[in-house]
Amino acid sequence: MSDAAYDIVIGLEVHVQLKTNTKLFCRCSTEFGNPPNTQTCPVCLGMPGSLPVMNSKAYFLGMKTALALNCRIPNYTKWDRKNYFYPDLPKGYQTSQFDLPMSEEGYLDIKSTKDEFEPRRVRIIRAHLEEDAGKSMHDEAAGRADSRIDLNRTGTPLLEIVSYPDMRSAVEAKAYMQELRLLLTYLDVSDCNMQEGSLRCDANVNLHIPTDDGMIATPIVEIKNMNSFRSVERGITYEAKRQYDVWKETGKVLGELPKQTRGWDDSAQVTRSQREKEESADYRYFPCPDLVPVVVTDEQIEEVRKEIVELPAMLRERLESDFGLTTYTADVIVNQGRGLVDYFLKLAAVSEDNKLAGNWVQGEVLRTLNELEITVDEFNMSPEQLAGLLKLIQSGDLDSSKAKSVFAVMLESGKSAADVVDEMGIEKVDQGELEDLCRQLIERNQRVVDDVKSGNEKAVGALIGQAKKENPNVNPGQVRQICLDIINDM
Amino acid sequence: MSLTRQDVEKVALLARLKFDEEQLDKMTDHMVQIVQYVHKLSELNTDDVEPMAHALDVHNALAEDVPRPSLSREEALKNAPKSDGEYFRVPAVLGE
Amino acid sequence: MSIIQKSATEQLALLQSGEITSAELTQAYLERINAVDTSVGAFLRVESETALAQAVKIDRKRKAGESLGKLAGLPVAIKDILCTINTPTTCGSRMLENFAPPYNATVVENLLAADAVILGRTNMDEFAMGSSTENSAYHPTYNPWDTSRIPGGSSGGAAACVSADMAPLSVGTDTGGSIRQPAALCGCVGLKPTYGRVSRYGLIAFASSLDQIGPLAKTVEDAALLMEVLAGYDPLDSTSVNIPVPAYSESVGKPLENLTLGVVEHHFGEGIDPEIESAVKQAIAIYESLGASIKNIELPHADYGIATYYIIAPCEASSNLARYDGAHYGYRADQAEVLAELAEDGSDEGPLVRMYRKTRSQGFGAEVQRRIMLGTYALSEGYYDAFYLKAQKVRRLIRKDYDQAFEQVDMIIGPVTANPAFAKGEKASDPMAMYLEDLYTVTANLAGVAGISLPCGFTENGLPIGLQLQAAPFQEEKLLRAAQMFQNATDFHTRRPEIS
Ligand SMILES: [Mg+2]
Ligand SMILES: [Zn+2]
Repeated sequence: MSDAAYDIVIGLEVHVQLKTNTKLFCRCSTEFGNPPNTQTCPVCLGMPGSLPVMNSKAYFLGMKTALALNCRIPNYTKWDRKNYFYPDLPKGYQTSQFDLPMSEEGYLDIKSTKDEFEPRRVRIIRAHLEEDAGKSMHDEAAGRADSRIDLNRTGTPLLEIVSYPDMRSAVEAKAYMQELRLLLTYLDVSDCNMQEGSLRCDANVNLHIPTDDGMIATPIVEIKNMNSFRSVERGITYEAKRQYDVWKETGKVLGELPKQTRGWDDSAQVTRSQREKEESADYRYFPCPDLVPVVVTDEQIEEVRKEIVELPAMLRERLESDFGLTTYTADVIVNQGRGLVDYFLKLAAVSEDNKLAGNWVQGEVLRTLNELEITVDEFNMSPEQLAGLLKLIQSGDLDSSKAKSVFAVMLESGKSAADVVDEMGIEKVDQGELEDLCRQLIERNQRVVDDVKSGNEKAVGALIGQAKKENPNVNPGQVRQICLDIINDM
Repeated sequence: MSLTRQDVEKVALLARLKFDEEQLDKMTDHMVQIVQYVHKLSELNTDDVEPMAHALDVHNALAEDVPRPSLSREEALKNAPKSDGEYFRVPAVLGE
Repeated sequence: MSIIQKSATEQLALLQSGEITSAELTQAYLERINAVDTSVGAFLRVESETALAQAVKIDRKRKAGESLGKLAGLPVAIKDILCTINTPTTCGSRMLENFAPPYNATVVENLLAADAVILGRTNMDEFAMGSSTENSAYHPTYNPWDTSRIPGGSSGGAAACVSADMAPLSVGTDTGGSIRQPAALCGCVGLKPTYGRVSRYGLIAFASSLDQIGPLAKTVEDAALLMEVLAGYDPLDSTSVNIPVPAYSESVGKPLENLTLGVVEHHFGEGIDPEIESAVKQAIAIYESLGASIKNIELPHADYGIATYYIIAPCEASSNLARYDGAHYGYRADQAEVLAELAEDGSDEGPLVRMYRKTRSQGFGAEVQRRIMLGTYALSEGYYDAFYLKAQKVRRLIRKDYDQAFEQVDMIIGPVTANPAFAKGEKASDPMAMYLEDLYTVTANLAGVAGISLPCGFTENGLPIGLQLQAAPFQEEKLLRAAQMFQNATDFHTRRPEIS
């Protein structure tokens, strides 16, 4: 993006549905996918006279997440009402947190293994708890037909995580979302299913454009409805271009236009103005008189901190430093989630070569999981079984392409590597036998010897082909090494 | 403190109320009167006073995360001005 | 003396001894309602059938020797602001004309568990906003002592029905004086408990940080009896307090020794009716004769009570009443009318917004709309600090005044209202004049303390005068005992109006 005519400035507001059994202020189930309006009660219907009671689990999960995001947890927090009229909001206000949120001032580090951007610390302004709204469904013939309202989701606990405008490209925004999702998955605080809406993202975007009169900023636009990582990236990219075009046409800068809300239309791949969300955005926040403040001690905060598991960033580092994996391999394994990491750790514990173990987990194991569309928990080859195969590779008994065939048969049959090798008729070639074979081939191929001697080591490949013809069980790597050793000694 | 008819009209939209001309005049009158009266609070210096949102010093009223039965859909929709037996129905959310 | 003229405590004894049945008692009240409520208008709905069925059931239980609740067989009238399952609960509003909640308020559960007989729903100012019960969307209530006058409000029906012997006990709510003021104007006893003492779950909210449910009755013992059933911790109300409920009805007869009462001189400043002033001063003298010591105290910020209240209450109300928008329950404006109006004035508001606006303008009465407007304005951008935040700070000062006062005295004694019941329509067009009715009562709600109103005299015209005692949080037991001392020494509570 460095050659672009502008910098994109991006801050994200992420809403995470917390994994509780019940809603934030009533004891209706939060289960997803049930028939409309079957998970409501007087409280979440906003019935006259009903009163909210805070879910302790939601508070705990919120606190755990905030701590994992390096946030500070104040000892005192309270609830506020955000007042606006919308039919998926039956009380006419959303119970949220305004001036004293449950956590503030944290950060999340992001980096790219593909060098798409410089490593960056995205600062977090706050993470606060609030209740979700219901769902409204609008018919195509908008304006004519009714909208339909389902209140099953109303009152589901959300953690809203608000970042500073620290991101500078759509790719960074996507990486932030992915890293955040991974962290939430490790913490097991949310299902993080973007399709089901348990992880949602709004982006505040504007441009900094260098001009002859200095740097100008375009008016900030909030983009909503980005329901996948891809749409986060595309939505922001589209919006940046649009803002640049509008600025070139109108010259309007920040402060000259009110903040605009635009929705991402994934099918048309454009952002569209959402006028109805802007009109009278005066939320009249005030403390909710029906809910009492929450007070936590430093000891209670430390108790929760203890429950935080090893997080992705720390794990990546450990896989690199303690296991010698490459940055890329560590990244791939950790990004798959805790399950694959545990598989790797078990495998590394029972095999001798950590790096080989890492390559196989990141390679064949992951490829198989993806192909079969299964999770690592459903993967039927135990780390011990796989370690057996790796042992044969290390000892030179199997080359990597044969090992892959053995792996495939092991997967299907569930047999050990040794049994599969036997059944496949792959015989172990004696070291002396192999050296004899190599000597014979070198004698027959003086040209290869000359080529190698003159610096072209690749020429030895011709010998490997001939060796395989003589004995299909030979290990090409071994043949290569022995031949080179003999020639160099000549 | 000045409170104009235009202010009142703006507040009416925010409050989702609608007045005809005569009502608007009367409402403006009454609101001006009341706002003038409550303005007497500004006589007091409250710089060092902590605001009081609750009558009581209670905190941490929390419930266990254990589900309780919800209402049946029939009960939930029973009081709805308009429903189709599955959903609440409201006039189109998106205008025009 | 007919059975309905007796106190609830006396009736309960007769029920227990088997001299009367609940069915007979209930029937007697239903007949009385039939005879006089056309001129009083205390009830919005009389639930004769369910009341009689409940009475018969309790009689049967008693006959079978089953254990019975504390109010077994006693009729109770309920202000139409408490949710009762599958039964209309209107809050005195058109907005909820056809609303039948799918659940019971906690106090309704408490009453049913105590084997009370729910007699019907009493009239009130719409959403409890008012001091005269003229703001009911259905009909006004008249003062039984003079039916050309108002009974006070917003629990006007609750006070009038007790005063006119149409119910021995009734349940009201008090946000700025709505139990104590009508109790005073109708000559009965009304208790506003400490905030948090009675569960608000199922009480249709007006101003959540001020609302409390409390008893109205003919005598202090009766109020104590009902209070014992209403009070208690409720896990469904985050603001209810987990403190055991004393046996008010057992302790109420024990006089207090070394009682110190605080008198606020300011209460007797200009504006108070001389007849009220003299009745209250006489009441203070009676307490002195009973051994109480009197001390002059000050509540320096009491004068700011009304201004504070008329910011905080409308702000909370504007938010609490946002839910009445025609989407999920209650009244909705006619769709064809909405669309026609939109087409006519060419507004680009959209059908949903216009539906909201028409629904709310048609469904709410003028006073409710006025308070929603005030609250919306006071909370809106740029005004929050000057209004809401300022009011919250003054609220703290008012509370501190009380805390300091209660370090010096056990209770504060004074008037409930500045004037006796006023004529119907007298203050209807002047909201400020109506708001000032709550002058002596609002501060207790702002501070969250307990207050009781009891009869202490009559004007020359025969209108009742109320005496207010206020006590520190959770001192209801003492409050009731002190009130009972006064009642034992006087006979104001025994007089009943003659209804023309
Ligand atoms: Mg939010
Ligand atoms: Zn619910």
